[in-house]
Amino acid sequence: MENTIIKCENFNAWFGDNHVVKSVTMDIPKNNLTAVMGPSGCGKTTFLRCINRMHELAPDARTEGSLKLYQDEVYDIHPILLRQKIGMVFQHPNPFPNMSIYDNVVAGYKLNGIKLSKAERDDIVEDSLRKAALWMEVRDTLRKKGTFLSGGQQQRLCIARAIAMKPEVLLLDEPTSALDPVSTSSIEELLIDLKKNYTIIIVTHNMQQAARISDRTAFFYMGELAEYDHTKQMFISPKDKRTQNYITGRFS
Amino acid sequence: MDTRFIRYRKVKNNLFKGIVILFSFLCTIPLFCILYYIIRKGIKEINWHFLIRLPMPVGEVGGGIANALSGSMMIVLVAAVIAIPFGILAGIYLSENKDKKLAYWSRLSADIMQGIPSIVTGIVVYFWIVKPMKSFSALSGSVALAMMMLPIVVRTTEETLLRIPNSFKEAALALGVPYHRVILRVIVPCGLSGILSGSLLAVARIAGETAPLLFTAFGNPYMNVNIFKPMQSLPLMIYNYAISPYDQWHNMAWGAAMILLIWILLLNLLTKLVTKRWRIQL
Repeated sequence: MENTIIKCENFNAWFGDNHVVKSVTMDIPKNNLTAVMGPSGCGKTTFLRCINRMHELAPDARTEGSLKLYQDEVYDIHPILLRQKIGMVFQHPNPFPNMSIYDNVVAGYKLNGIKLSKAERDDIVEDSLRKAALWMEVRDTLRKKGTFLSGGQQQRLCIARAIAMKPEVLLLDEPTSALDPVSTSSIEELLIDLKKNYTIIIVTHNMQQAARISDRTAFFYMGELAEYDHTKQMFISPKDKRTQNYITGRFS
Repeated sequence: MDTRFIRYRKVKNNLFKGIVILFSFLCTIPLFCILYYIIRKGIKEINWHFLIRLPMPVGEVGGGIANALSGSMMIVLVAAVIAIPFGILAGIYLSENKDKKLAYWSRLSADIMQGIPSIVTGIVVYFWIVKPMKSFSALSGSVALAMMMLPIVVRTTEETLLRIPNSFKEAALALGVPYHRVILRVIVPCGLSGILSGSLLAVARIAGETAPLLFTAFGNPYMNVNIFKPMQSLPLMIYNYAISPYDQWHNMAWGAAMILLIWILLLNLLTKLVTKRWRIQL
């Protein structure tokens, strides 16, 4: 596939003896929105966390096979550099409670000790918050703590914090599962907008969400990549029996 | 029949509630008794001269407790400077590595250390520091007090940091922030109010300790600001004056006790303020 940004070949992940991701081979194209879906415990979140090596926080985690960002093997890049290139947004909004909205957006720079001038910082904050569709709501309260915002606003603040680092890829781990329907739809619109500039990989429990927003969908089942295709194709005529059963609601 | 049953339960409930209220009220009585007694005995001693003058020989009026007050502050300050950084760092380790063997043993030793009688700490420090240096000293007193503070600081830091959700750590790590910065710039600031108030409470806890100072700081009737020499402190002074045969010294001991009490009350108030001011909504 041309334009590939992430390329997996026979990629496996374990926690201790538990084989969580089994021999996954897939190419993820640039500036696309790729959804990863599947039933609970199918390894989709672990797979996502392998991409920026966050799964390594578990002491008994290990991997095998190849996972490349462009030409570089992800497991040869230092995790600190890798995570600056691959941003992440979590299931529960987690703005830093000791920082203002402004500081939360530039937290990636501040915490990494990257020096910026005031003007540069102001630019990054405004730009990131605009891209996260939050600027209009918070521009007068930038000095307030991020935790005063509503759940949906907090999640958009987390997205702003991630894109402030100008990442190549944005990983989202069920970003709307803790939000109400209104906030969910505003985040979905935002993601569709963001994929022009970023490669987005979103783990979702919600099939409709995958169908609404993604270009391609990967369906994981029991640690295996059961099917990976253009979203329309997959939802209209799934090739794999397991996908078919999942989509038609025979199990969830 | 039904209503009787319910009435019986109501009576039982009210009785229980009454007992709980009564006992929580009883808990406050000792404090007020102590306050009342010390203020009644001590208040007439306290004036400006009492705070800034040195003690007078027996029989002369108008002596003060300047040496004990400054000595106490100095000994406690040095103890805090030793114990707080150590305690916070150890507490960070314990909260970050809950299941490691080393964490288990250091948690256990912190808990045991809290239970060691303070006089024993004093004797140990006597053999560690006073004997080799061949002199009683304020520094040895500070070390003894620091040993008493340490477990309190360690455990409050650990417990505060354990309550901070893992998601903030993950958020920072996912931004590519190195581990030590995650701890120092995200986790510790989130727990700052708990850590500070734990440290202040530890200071309040040791400010009135007498036993560990008996063989270490020893006491000194003169003004001394050299931490390598024996130094007076409020609890030591109260002890020495209270067991003396002179009425005037007894009165001064009451005055000093009141000053010590005020000091500790202020520290407790400060702790409450700090907790409120730096509390972070998680």
